[in-house]
Amino acid sequence: MSAPTGNRMWTARLRNRAVAALPPEQLLPDRQPAYVSSWIYVFGVLTLAALLIVLTSGAVLALEGPQWYHGSPVGHFVNSLHLWSVELFFFTMVIHLWGKFFMAAWRGKRALTWVTGAVAFLGSIATAFTGYLVQSNFDSQWISTQAKDGLNSVGVGAWFNVLNYGQMLLFHVVLFPLVLGVLVVWHVLLVRRRGVVPPFADREQADPEPEPGAPQPSTVEVGS
Amino acid sequence: MIARQRHRADEARYAAPWVGGYRRYDLVKEFVVALGVMLLLTVGLAIAFSSPDHKAISLRDWATAAPNDFVVTAVAELDGTSGTATYGAPYADDPSAGQKLGPVPLQRYGGVREPVDTARDFVLAPLGTVTGDADLTSALSQYNAASTDQQQNWATAYGDALDKAPDNDPGKVPDGDYGPVPVLTGKLLDLARSGGLDGQLLSSGGFYQTDYTRPLLFLADGSYLEDQARAEHLGGDQWGMMNETGSYPGQAWLWLYTFWYQVPPFSSSDNADALVWALMMVLSLVLILVPFIPGLRSLPRHLGVHRLIWRDHYRTHRPPPR
Repeated sequence: MSAPTGNRMWTARLRNRAVAALPPEQLLPDRQPAYVSSWIYVFGVLTLAALLIVLTSGAVLALEGPQWYHGSPVGHFVNSLHLWSVELFFFTMVIHLWGKFFMAAWRGKRALTWVTGAVAFLGSIATAFTGYLVQSNFDSQWISTQAKDGLNSVGVGAWFNVLNYGQMLLFHVVLFPLVLGVLVVWHVLLVRRRGVVPPFADREQADPEPEPGAPQPSTVEVGS
Repeated sequence: MIARQRHRADEARYAAPWVGGYRRYDLVKEFVVALGVMLLLTVGLAIAFSSPDHKAISLRDWATAAPNDFVVTAVAELDGTSGTATYGAPYADDPSAGQKLGPVPLQRYGGVREPVDTARDFVLAPLGTVTGDADLTSALSQYNAASTDQQQNWATAYGDALDKAPDNDPGKVPDGDYGPVPVLTGKLLDLARSGGLDGQLLSSGGFYQTDYTRPLLFLADGSYLEDQARAEHLGGDQWGMMNETGSYPGQAWLWLYTFWYQVPPFSSSDNADALVWALMMVLSLVLILVPFIPGLRSLPRHLGVHRLIWRDHYRTHRPPPR
């Protein structure tokens, strides 16, 4: 019995499609269009960096258990790292979001990039909210007893029971981060696949004019 | 039709490969630098400002610090006038209770999935576990043997008397036909002060406990929790739950959600939660679907902020007219 050859295997076809959609030079290019020249572009990667710190500090908190930070100075410091990385994550993400809005970054078949980013933003709010619920302190008590009214008022409070510590802990450390992780990876891959949105062009100009003396690419690298 | 054709032409133009100039851009270096900057900022902020950790309030704390409020709440659980007793779904089946979105009783549609009988769960069942107290046993027997109407009359009369007593002090309530209710609520206060009630309300028949629905509902039915929250600027009309104890930014990203609760008609509506949630769902959907909403998707072109973002590019390229 001979082994199935090359491209007949579904795994090979899947791999070929993945490489075709995101060739390595497009996934991690060493150059960007010349218009990518503003501080606003930094806030996307700052958001990703803050998210990595959020996940790492959260993982350390998870290693020691939910009560650790109440009684240990080290635990309290790690909790502070977790809190401030979340604050920075949202700060940079909101600037990134506004920046992309002002650029109308959904232009040129990039709508799904915007949609995944917007859903990730809303998912981040839900994830952070459950974090406040599982601090097991006064803030958790007050926020949960207040928030239950909103969720109950639209009939979902029994499934998303903010008073159920166990459920909220699992939502916060497993369910929501998993969904958020998928959304963020999807969003970043779409950014790489579709490229960075070009500036608004004058409609009377047929094509974007190359800058004087700028090198002309021989192959398509971004924006395809 | 012309607008649609123009939109399609724009989409094709912006999706086309960029044929202008390029610049070197090391994405890995950018990420490493960003990670370093964010790490420094995080550590600096954590060292400078730490994080809040205001100790949770136990039922024992409440019963010790505000015994009168505790007893008033216990009576309200018995006579069915507490916040939880009158809440409706998902805690109790009450067709007249619960918020509506216009004519639609969304809260009721969720069903009673966390049933709570406040008199039984918060007062009578915990007291039933206490042994060796003849007065309590007698009071429980008398209460359980009485008709529902009689139980209600006793609890209501005692609740009214407490409302009129100075500081709602049970010790200053005049004599009346309260049946065994004063003994029951007094014994519940003793149980709470000993710390026993915290465990009793948490217990759901198993060894491991992770669901705090009942103790939190009971705690929130009293005034003590809200008094502590208001002292920490956390009241609903103080931008509520987006804040946290101490001087910390809290969940600042919830500002829009919290904002609606501060202004009419939401601030004075009995259905404020349902209205605010519905509004936020619509606004969230608009945010997600911006690329597909004519007018809104063209707004950034007219705002002109892109001229600042791409000012280097527009030095050599003609910007579009607004």
